[in-house]
Amino acid sequence: MAVHGISLDVPRGSFYGLVGPNGAGKTTSLSMATGLLRPDSGTVHVGGRDLWADPDPIKRSIGVLPDGVRLFDRLTGAQLITYTGLLRGMDRATVADRTGDLLDALDLADDADRLVVDYSAGMTKKIALASALVHAPQMLVLDEPFEAVDPVSAANIREILVSYVGSGGTVIVSSHVMDLVQRMCDHVAVIAGGHVLAAGTVDEVRAGRSLEDRFVELVGGRRTTEGLSWLRTS
Amino acid sequence: MVAHLLRLRFALLVNGFRRSVWQTIGFAVGAVYVLFVVVLAVGGVAALGLGSPDLAPDAVVTGGAVLVLGWWVLPLLFFGQDATLDPQHFSLFGIPARRLTAGLALAALVGIGGVALVLVSLGWSLAWLASPALVPVALVGGVAGVAVAVLGSRALTSTLAPFLEARRAREVTSIAVLVLGVLGWLAFVGTTGSGGSFDSRDLGPVIERVATVAAWTPVGAPWALAGDVSDGAWAALLARVAIVAATVAAAWWAWTRALARAMVTTSRPTASGSQQGLGWFARFPATPTGAVAARTATYWLRDPRYAGSLAVVPFMPVVLVVVAGGDLSSPLLLVAAPLVAMLFGFSLSNDVAYDHTAFALHVSTAVRGVSDRLGRVVPALAVSIPLVVAFALASAGLTGRWDLLPPVLGLSLGTLGVSLGVSAVVSVLYLYPVPKPGRAPSSNPPARP
Repeated sequence: MAVHGISLDVPRGSFYGLVGPNGAGKTTSLSMATGLLRPDSGTVHVGGRDLWADPDPIKRSIGVLPDGVRLFDRLTGAQLITYTGLLRGMDRATVADRTGDLLDALDLADDADRLVVDYSAGMTKKIALASALVHAPQMLVLDEPFEAVDPVSAANIREILVSYVGSGGTVIVSSHVMDLVQRMCDHVAVIAGGHVLAAGTVDEVRAGRSLEDRFVELVGGRRTTEGLSWLRTS
Repeated sequence: MVAHLLRLRFALLVNGFRRSVWQTIGFAVGAVYVLFVVVLAVGGVAALGLGSPDLAPDAVVTGGAVLVLGWWVLPLLFFGQDATLDPQHFSLFGIPARRLTAGLALAALVGIGGVALVLVSLGWSLAWLASPALVPVALVGGVAGVAVAVLGSRALTSTLAPFLEARRAREVTSIAVLVLGVLGWLAFVGTTGSGGSFDSRDLGPVIERVATVAAWTPVGAPWALAGDVSDGAWAALLARVAIVAATVAAAWWAWTRALARAMVTTSRPTASGSQQGLGWFARFPATPTGAVAARTATYWLRDPRYAGSLAVVPFMPVVLVVVAGGDLSSPLLLVAAPLVAMLFGFSLSNDVAYDHTAFALHVSTAVRGVSDRLGRVVPALAVSIPLVVAFALASAGLTGRWDLLPPVLGLSLGTLGVSLGVSAVVSVLYLYPVPKPGRAPSSNPPARP
């Protein structure tokens, strides 16, 4: 069992960070929270409604960037965003407008007509993010949105997300970059081994220290020994 | 090095079982089936060796030639060369290509196919049961046969891989081989009598003739060594040993060279492409159903796996003509249209599996099931209805049975509908393993639930 007994309360309009070591259960938790993976037990409530009792209406209000799933990568970048928009039931004109805007905002305009399969890892991440944004959801769930993304694009994405939260949207991101989470998020949860170790506002969780130090302290596993004694070049 | 690679191959095999029970069961079933075939092949030859010692050696030469030829050609066609020991995985270790060749050649024998090849090749030495002194010679021939099969196969695939990578090339090759196979069958039927049925007494001379020719080719020579010793044909023996040695040496050299090249090249670039504008998305209605249809249409044109599953459809009538013994006016041809309709419908039954995890998009966007199913069927109908109608018209025209056109049309279109409908349900309920996106259409995925 990858996850057991995770209970998190994400306030509306918050910028929520989910951090944890590799294999902590972040992706599993987010999959269950977005209607991609039915939990064996427990419930997910979004805006007061039980997601798994009737997933479809709630899914329409969420934008998801899943980690580790393929995209329909034989489509071009522009086609993929259009496809997602049309699947969401949007009309053609709106989809076309937003596709152009998203490609510009994520520095992908020059690559709009290339197949996604030929994109680099960072570009793939950005096109997936664009697909998650196209229907202007009330909540965004982003699994590792900054992985492999170059610093300029990452700054652009951060700006988009911050202004989205400023306009009342809710964002949940998972990340390994503590520094980024500390600067960007207002709430954070630390999970490891399928359990919540700490959750609350960023200031509560880090308790006067840097989030990274606090994370290491909570999760444990830092070694203070000499390391690999044979891994020396001289 | 060689021992390392063998151990690695074993570990990969065993770890595959740890991943899933079904894979283990599939392996066991496959192993039992192949063992059954091996026992039949070896037992048959042994019985022949005791019963009619004159025919047995020729049968072994013919069978051996077919075995080696199959070992060479089938991976090329279906690109089923298992990729668990892809040489590019070793490119960072700086292993000399020659040692890699030896290790990979032996590792290729670990697995159902490899073990079966060895068992059959060695078992066929029992063809000489009537004169046991020759069995050891035949064993040597069997080992040589295994070497020719494995090294030749690897040399061919690794040398030709760059050319076969291109989708067109592979399609053309498969079609060419299919046509050749059909022509070969027609020629066989033509020479051995008529109607595709022949007397088993005719078989002896045919095998003898085939064996005489095959014994002088690289694929047949290893199996004929014992026969030469038996006949005391020392000159012929020497020549055949030279053929075998030259084949093994050439294959070894070609494979080593290909491996050395693979060590210093990165993985082959995927077929890149671009598309101005929105393509099909601009032509289909802007609804979820239309979007799924546009995506499906795009994939059919752009994803070789779809083209691969459709490529067999036009060949069904060809097969029917063959079964009918080349008679173009045979009423059997009227089956072509319903048959094509059924196969076409079946090609949709792995649709969701082809999507792989990209299907998550359909789940997270909460697309209605009806839109998803209908969208996938619409492009299929657009292609298949004209195709099926054309086949029905052509078969009615060729057989001159225009009176049967309405029932044939009705049967064909009905079959198409049922087949598509069943596929639409089945593709959701039962996902069977298919090549992953980006892999060759005929690469063999490991069985997985």
